Amino acid sequence: MIRTNGLTKDYGSRRAIENLTFEAKQGEVVGFLGPNGAGKTTTMRILAGYMPPSFGTAQVAGFDIVEESIEVRRRVGYLPETVPLYPDMTVFDYLKFMADLRHLPNGDEMVDNALELVQMEKRADGYIANLSKGMRQRIGLAQALLHKPEVLILDEPTIGLDPAQVVEVRNIIRDIGKERTVLLSTHILSEAQQLCDRVLIINKGRIVAEDTPENLQARLVGAERSILRVKGDAEELIPQISKLNGVQDIKVRSDGALEFQFAPGVDVRPEVARTVITSGFDLLELSPIGLSLEEIFLELTRDGGSTKKER
Amino acid sequence: MRNVWTIARREIRLFFASPVAYIIGLLILLITGIYFVLVIYLAGQSAFTSGSASAPGPDLIIGLMVFLFLFAVPALSMRLMADEHRNGTLELLLTAPIHEWELVIGKWLGSFLFVFIIIAITFIYPIVLNSLVTPGIDQGLMMANYLAITLVAAAFLAIGTAISSFFNNQFAAFFATLAVLFFLWVVIGWPSVVMQGGGAVFDYLSMSKHFSSMQSGTIALSDLVYYLSLTALGLFLGTVAIETRRWK
Repeated sequence: MIRTNGLTKDYGSRRAIENLTFEAKQGEVVGFLGPNGAGKTTTMRILAGYMPPSFGTAQVAGFDIVEESIEVRRRVGYLPETVPLYPDMTVFDYLKFMADLRHLPNGDEMVDNALELVQMEKRADGYIANLSKGMRQRIGLAQALLHKPEVLILDEPTIGLDPAQVVEVRNIIRDIGKERTVLLSTHILSEAQQLCDRVLIINKGRIVAEDTPENLQARLVGAERSILRVKGDAEELIPQISKLNGVQDIKVRSDGALEFQFAPGVDVRPEVARTVITSGFDLLELSPIGLSLEEIFLELTRDGGSTKKER
Repeated sequence: MRNVWTIARREIRLFFASPVAYIIGLLILLITGIYFVLVIYLAGQSAFTSGSASAPGPDLIIGLMVFLFLFAVPALSMRLMADEHRNGTLELLLTAPIHEWELVIGKWLGSFLFVFIIIAITFIYPIVLNSLVTPGIDQGLMMANYLAITLVAAAFLAIGTAISSFFNNQFAAFFATLAVLFFLWVVIGWPSVVMQGGGAVFDYLSMSKHFSSMQSGTIALSDLVYYLSLTALGLFLGTVAIETRRWK
């Protein structure tokens, strides 16, 4: 469980994050989405107990991050942006060192389990210096998972992994997210879409949107858009369809289909379908299209972020 | 305390895996060894020519070793904290459930144990010396000398650990430590040479004054207090430095 209240952090005169208030419940994967320098890493560092906030409070796993920092750190698994590894140690020694710092009673076993989870058990005796970037990332993740933490904070967990590993790591995160709290940051939008129950879009230190990926899409589409595909030249249909009440902004897509917009609540699709048929065309497809998270993201982070979409 | 030991153990292992630490250790042993052999040789020769000579004392190599430590300690302590910062692993340690003081003391303890091993190896010299001179060496004096060098090493390393905590760059840490040690060892005693009265304060602050009084065989409480409080001060400042890093 993570709960923040008005979290603010100043670096000198620069405000890195401002008044962040959000919650992540147990069994939830919450994604932090935002451009570089938006304040994702700062927020995660504060929640992981690396540094205190300038103002505001936060509870992680039921403990205050400033007053009970050690208790918080006991219960959090944290993977920083730059994976913190000792190149001169072997994989096993490194994880054993962390297990010792965390006073894990059966350290060796826990290390083996964590290595198995990230599928690195074969490299246990190898030196970290000799590992590839993807392997290092996985060792970093093993370090975060080592003590089976209640709360997992992952700063860009899939960066530097090859596509197959990305899938594996996402599966691991999804599994963990079923029982525990996961807060992850990413700038890969499809990742947030696939992985997260809820997405917080953060820009210039503020939360500009917070919802499920699906709702975010729905909410941000001020008007609904549909795609219309017919057999034959769809362009001939433009005059008839644009005459219909409520249809706006009709255009031909590069693949030959038509795309149009209509005000929410006024579903013009039955009318459109009838028009197509009566004009002697065969209707192939008539379906709504949502904005991709990518577009929403760009829209929100462009200039301070307006939640209304304007075309 | 358990965390202190976990940190210290990793540090010792690192020293024994690092070529720099081996080179420093070897140089100290080599230089003191050559010096030891030379002094014995010369004493033997003068005894041969003049018929009698004063036997070299057990303080023989300790004075030289302290001088070598002035340079060796900054080289050993420079990376203790600065390296963690450069590596990004400070973030790992500061988000692990340990206190700052445990981290700093662990780092210091690790380096101290490494240096202590070097000091322990040089114990061979007084043992050899003991078998060469009759009626043997003054063992009380020898122990006083070894206590003195151990205390000096502890204080030097605590200062080095503190300075390494302030710097992100290990070479900056090296030169800063060298400068501070040189100041506390040599420079701070200067005013008492020129001053007519009131020089006692500077004498008390000088590390070398306390060292030479211990080296002559008298262990005064003030000497012990001086070195132990200097060590504690170094570790305290190191902890403060790490704590302030969080707030930056």
